[in-house]
Amino acid sequence: MADFVQTLVTSLSVGSLYALIALGYTMVYGILRFINFAHGDIVVLGAWTSFTFATLMRKHVLSGPEIPWWLGPVVLVASMIVCGGVGYLIERFAYRPLRTGKIPLLSRFLPARRVRPGSGINVLITAIGVSLLLQNVGQLKFVFGASPQRMPDLIPYYEVLKLTFAGDPPQSVVIGLVDVIILCASAVLMLVLEGVVFRTKLGTAMRAVSFNTETAALMGIPVDRVISATFVAGSMLAAAAGFLIAMKYPGLNQPAHTIWVLLGLKAFVAAVIGGIGNIRGAMLGGFIIAFVEQFGSYYVSSAYRDVYVFVLLILILLVKPNGILGKAVREKV
Amino acid sequence: MPLRLLSFAWLACLALFPFVVGCKPGGTTVENPSSEILIGHYASLTGPEATFGKSTDNGVKLAVDEINAAGGFKGRKIKLITYDDKSDAREVNQAVTRLVTSDKVVAVIGEVASSLSLVAGPICQEYGVPMISPSSTNTKVTAVGDMVSRVCFIDPFQAYVCAKFARENERVKASKAAILFAQDQTYSVQLREEFEKWFTQMGGVITSVQTHIKGDQDFSAQLTAIRATNPDVIFIPGYYTDVGNIAVQARNLNITVPLLGGDGWDSDKLPEIAGKAIDGCYYSNHYSPEDPSPRVQEFLTKYKKEFGATPDGLAALGYDAARILFEAMERSPDLKGENLAKAIAETKDFDGVTGKITIDAQRNAVKPAVILEMKDGQRKYVTTIEPIR
Repeated sequence: MADFVQTLVTSLSVGSLYALIALGYTMVYGILRFINFAHGDIVVLGAWTSFTFATLMRKHVLSGPEIPWWLGPVVLVASMIVCGGVGYLIERFAYRPLRTGKIPLLSRFLPARRVRPGSGINVLITAIGVSLLLQNVGQLKFVFGASPQRMPDLIPYYEVLKLTFAGDPPQSVVIGLVDVIILCASAVLMLVLEGVVFRTKLGTAMRAVSFNTETAALMGIPVDRVISATFVAGSMLAAAAGFLIAMKYPGLNQPAHTIWVLLGLKAFVAAVIGGIGNIRGAMLGGFIIAFVEQFGSYYVSSAYRDVYVFVLLILILLVKPNGILGKAVREKV
Repeated sequence: MPLRLLSFAWLACLALFPFVVGCKPGGTTVENPSSEILIGHYASLTGPEATFGKSTDNGVKLAVDEINAAGGFKGRKIKLITYDDKSDAREVNQAVTRLVTSDKVVAVIGEVASSLSLVAGPICQEYGVPMISPSSTNTKVTAVGDMVSRVCFIDPFQAYVCAKFARENERVKASKAAILFAQDQTYSVQLREEFEKWFTQMGGVITSVQTHIKGDQDFSAQLTAIRATNPDVIFIPGYYTDVGNIAVQARNLNITVPLLGGDGWDSDKLPEIAGKAIDGCYYSNHYSPEDPSPRVQEFLTKYKKEFGATPDGLAALGYDAARILFEAMERSPDLKGENLAKAIAETKDFDGVTGKITIDAQRNAVKPAVILEMKDGQRKYVTTIEPIR
């Protein structure tokens, strides 16, 4: 019983991390119909900028033994701003030229090329290129370096809840402050995103663009700006996920470690399972794969931890190819 | 069409780039004065196991500087070429191939990670260049062929040391042990198998065997499952990067029993990553800096003076590996691959920093191991365990 509850707690906290990352994949797909494979690297960037900010602050500004409570939020916001900016730059300089045919900075001097609509393979290859670029720049010596690092403790270790169940040996359920903060922070961020998408003018524009880009443009919606906003929002959520990952797992893997790719891939699977393009689907998908992963590892075997996730993906694709919350789209000819 | 022109120029630049860059290594080989003897070292200077590579390289450098200061080998200076393999099998392949084919080194030193030595071994064997692994403990490493030898003990022995310590030492006296190992790491897999064998043979019970992947960050499910079986000790035969996260999460789940591991723990990064969580945990290692013997203390002073840090076991093994190579060069009739490999394999009672080293018939070193305890971020000597005779 205790272990069941403990696994449940872990699933919730890991699930909200997956959900945060999955949102970025799903938003870009919803609007541009392509998978931004560089999104996983934004998560890594978020984790490492958080690490850099936190260490710099600890070293130069707040060198005392006490860590003020506001340092965590400050680091979080700073890394969200950096990643939002990088997300904007990626869209502006890597993806937009493919969409519009205009080369940034040089477009004044060069004639625009004709872009064939639906040439998705170009965008996909660019995404992979951007991802490799981020990984390799990240492990340069003067950027983040290529060794694992220890994230400074911004949240003190504290047991919010400890339940002990009788038995031999007595089992206990421990819920740490980190898990509670992860759950709360991601809930707040997801609510804010929901609010933006469904309650504001920008959100209406996003939905309009995702419904039909050409018509939205004809209606006077600044499509390029809406797409930029989507990238920035997705990257900021990824940065938040990166920050929370660094809080929960203080031993930070080096930026180009293969395990980060797996993390991005799993979040992508979460988006597909929930129904890619659907925001609520991404959240649901994130929690579902965390549950499958954690309970599978506990009750069956930890050796197949990643297998469960991908088997689930295959099953969903066989039964409901559009994902759990995805709507069936009839292809128009 | 300025764009077409521009893109053509760009393509031309791209096409020429490898030639411009590629000239360099070839150039140095041609100009290399024949008076120098080249030895190669490939190591993870960056990447997930960067401290392993850096320590080893420092150790090797120290030995090379020493011999050069003493006049070199028969009047010829020894030159060390080190390539970074970034803890990546593909990079190892390239680095070692370059060492043996283009740099034409007389011998190769490396790697710490067994899985990477297993990539390099066959290359050295094929080209007939002797390879000495300073600290790859998996048995398969030297099974590649007669060119490959090592100066560290092997995993079956290390697992025996851990099992014996866990079962018999007053501090642990464990009757039940759980295991958490990396299923994609050659080193970890063999240590787990051997530990399980020895621990049960000594009358202990293995309560749970859990796995993870190298680099995993979340271990909650595995640790929850281990916690349910209530072991006296948890054996974690991984590398320091993973062990750090595992220790933190274990303590957060209220697991208070000591953790136990192998020489993959030996890095200053471990207490840095794990903090207090690793206090009171034990691992087996090749040597202890607290060893009062003059050989060790002399090495310690030299190393500290040169690199400003206390050498870990991997630095000591790098140093020993290079010195064994130099000693074998003295005994060998010439520096041809076969003869040199034979001389290395015949090393007997070599007085190394990591103990008396004798290379056996399988080209493995036979020597004792020490158990160290982590305490306030420091490693403390606990006991020495002799080889199985």
